[in-house]
Amino acid sequence: MKRNYELASLVLRRVLGALPVLLIVSLITFGMMRLIPGDPSSIIGGLSATPAQLAQIRSDLGLDEPFTVQLLRWYGGLLHGNLGRSILMGQDVMSVTLQRLPVTIALSAYALVITLVLGLASGILAALRQNTWIDQLAMMIAMLGISIPNFFLGLLMIIFFAVRLGWLPTGGYIGFTDDPVGWLRTSTMPAISLALLQVGLLARITRSTMLEVLRQDYIRTARAKGLPRRLVVMKHALSNALIPITTVVGIIVSLLVSGSVVTETLFSIPGMGQLLTQAVLNRDYPMVQGGLFLVTAFLVLINIGVDVCYSLLDPRVRHG
Amino acid sequence: MDSGPAELEFDAEIPFTREHPAWATLKRLFHHRLFLSGLGLFGIILLAAALAPWVAPVDPTKLAMRFKFRPPGADFAFGTDNFGRSLWSRVIWGAQLSVIIGFSVVALNAVFGTLIGALAGYFRTLDNGLMRVNDALMAFPAILLAIGITAVLGPSTLDAILALAIVYIPRTARIVRSSVIVLREMEYVQAAVAAGAGHWRILRRHILPNAMAPLIVQLSFLFAYAVLSEATLSFLGLGAVPPTPTWGNIMAEGRQYMIEAPWIITIPGIALMITVMGLNLLGDGLRDVLDPRLRIQQ
Repeated sequence: MKRNYELASLVLRRVLGALPVLLIVSLITFGMMRLIPGDPSSIIGGLSATPAQLAQIRSDLGLDEPFTVQLLRWYGGLLHGNLGRSILMGQDVMSVTLQRLPVTIALSAYALVITLVLGLASGILAALRQNTWIDQLAMMIAMLGISIPNFFLGLLMIIFFAVRLGWLPTGGYIGFTDDPVGWLRTSTMPAISLALLQVGLLARITRSTMLEVLRQDYIRTARAKGLPRRLVVMKHALSNALIPITTVVGIIVSLLVSGSVVTETLFSIPGMGQLLTQAVLNRDYPMVQGGLFLVTAFLVLINIGVDVCYSLLDPRVRHG
Repeated sequence: MDSGPAELEFDAEIPFTREHPAWATLKRLFHHRLFLSGLGLFGIILLAAALAPWVAPVDPTKLAMRFKFRPPGADFAFGTDNFGRSLWSRVIWGAQLSVIIGFSVVALNAVFGTLIGALAGYFRTLDNGLMRVNDALMAFPAILLAIGITAVLGPSTLDAILALAIVYIPRTARIVRSSVIVLREMEYVQAAVAAGAGHWRILRRHILPNAMAPLIVQLSFLFAYAVLSEATLSFLGLGAVPPTPTWGNIMAEGRQYMIEAPWIITIPGIALMITVMGLNLLGDGLRDVLDPRLRIQQ
């Protein structure tokens, strides 16, 4: 009972703590679209638009109203889940986002699994075999991973695996629920190219954290009292090293979503990244504004989740 | 009299001498394997950027359709693209643009990141407000925020610099702030306060010089992110406008011809990789030497 109560209050505190951030995020996204130099309606309408059409666009976007009314309207809309209408898609920004965001989430989740498996494994291995060729090889690959641009890796994979060998399609996307094998075939190359940077980062962080933990007195004690090395590594070292590593997961998710912009464009995957790039190129301002806010709000929620997990793992934080 | 603990911190590896500490640091840097290899890689790019008018005298935007799709060889060191433009010229002038953009973003970060971080860290009354805005800006995924800003400003080189500066300044400010908060409580700073030094003097003479190490490390990694992000933006068509060559837009244009002319994407891609890897190695080396607390154990 007590534990449940503690957890609830922890979640509540984190959510309340995130509210000011969300408020400022929404102000920034609102303000950005009002800072566009010149008249957005003439950019949207194009050179051939008549004054009547321009006036129509302005009233559709609410630009003919005073600033404070626009601001109130934006917040009123946010509370009702109404973020305006996408010019490019001709649909509600919210419903377009709800169609597209799951694709980005699926791709990022796949990339996150790759990141966690490869990053943790190579980081732990490198730490356990410190200063051997295994360590050096792992760290060299990690350095390569954080240095190779994901779109360059993606292009190389398309040339090699899709065009030369014909193993995988060059692009496109099949939903997981429609056809899991098709999903794997279309998502594997994008997920790998998306994950590599984070694999490198996580491998480096895991290695240094593990080395830090392995030097602690309690590890020496555990070894000295005759516990097998495997047990000490898995139970004493790893479980303590994982706690600080958890905090990195939030950053990794943000990097994955950020990276998905170019990966989705490269592999023609209809996710949020591709949508927002298209929206910017086509000056679909309501979509840019609403989409940017929703994606960021989603990441803030993810970070609250990561924070809560971190607190659950570390009793010092839980009770602190 | 003014120098902080930098002179008092001894490293076990350095014998006690009367050497100037900056000199000792430089000497250690030039014995550091990672730093040297990073300097070598990044040096190639810097050299290409600085000497562009001399090593690549051919106009990178000059069309010569009769030479199109020439593979790398004796006539064209890096081959030509779909318009017969010399890829050697385009990649080298692209290097210059990348370096200019990277350097500008780093310079803006050094100034405004330090200013915001120092104010937030030193004056408790400003901390909450500044850091809330900072946190909000950091909550956006980096590239998405940059794309959103280019939606406002429009695609151009200057706007890419501004967008990337806005994206990364909060991250730099946070690093400066955390050093300043620690240093503010140090006894030597309290002593300076007791001696009657003003806020400005304390910040400038006592705190900021000792907050430089993590900042310099951050800025070298930032240079890498800036170059990489700019390439991403121009790959998406949101950076400098063609025909101005950037590594990103060369690769975007080369995408259509990646089967028959793969060199159009691989050569700028490798140049980009050399730059980013060089700067990452440089950053690792700087961190090992300047900021041993953060060292990846060797």
